[in-house]
Amino acid sequence: MDALLFMIFAAIAVICGINLVVQTHPISSALSLVGVMGALAALYLLLGGEFIAAAQLVVYAGAIMVLFVFVIMLLNAGAEKKPLLRSWGKYLGAPLLLVFLGMMAYLIQQILPASAPVVFGAFQGGTAAEIGKSLFTVYLLPFEVTSVLILVAILGAIVLARKEVD
Amino acid sequence: MPLGPLPAAVPPSWYLTLSAILFALGVLGFLLRRNIITVFMSIELMLNAVNLSFVTFSYMLKRADGHIFSFFVMVVAAAEAAVGLAIILTVFKNRQTLEIDEVSTLKN
Repeated sequence: MDALLFMIFAAIAVICGINLVVQTHPISSALSLVGVMGALAALYLLLGGEFIAAAQLVVYAGAIMVLFVFVIMLLNAGAEKKPLLRSWGKYLGAPLLLVFLGMMAYLIQQILPASAPVVFGAFQGGTAAEIGKSLFTVYLLPFEVTSVLILVAILGAIVLARKEVD
Repeated sequence: MPLGPLPAAVPPSWYLTLSAILFALGVLGFLLRRNIITVFMSIELMLNAVNLSFVTFSYMLKRADGHIFSFFVMVVAAAEAAVGLAIILTVFKNRQTLEIDEVSTLKN
């Protein structure tokens, strides 16, 4: 059952990822990205990350993608006119990418040859209580620094978006 | 990878391989696409792939630290999206284009 669920959601993620790259219209790419994020949230649940799965749906698939779709609509972005692949990309980039993927898969299988399979429910440390406990004890300083980062980002976004054209 | 009937559960290395595939797709989109918004979405795809690795390692080590890291990655991605989209808005206001090839002032 776990393997079947992994296969289904991994297939959704990969298909949506490919769709993101090959679609010419940005809104199609944005919807594909939402598909990837939803599939990844399901995989996080399989890995025992309840809090991260919920945060993935709320923050990524919710907030960030709404921002993207908003900007696409605001700028009235159309489809790309030029072809997807430049000549060097077709003959050099794609084979290199396949080689990179093959090496990554080989290395991963070599380094982790016989680890225990992922079973749903085997890891219970991903609940909101556990995350909150370590977030407010061990990782308190990074957490506070993050709040400053968010504040700076909000101010920067407002200043940049309000700048008048001269 | 052993072929044959599907096992009841998959090893963590399959999750890491999926993460590598998604990361490579993000790199592909980043390098190939010309629309600045799609390039930006490819970056988000790469960040998501790295998050999957973090959560998988967290499962393997039976510790919640990987979840915290992926939480921080999400926060940084949110900040990056806000600032980046504001920059895209400003670029579009100044140049009326979303093609990255036409925004090449620093190149010449």
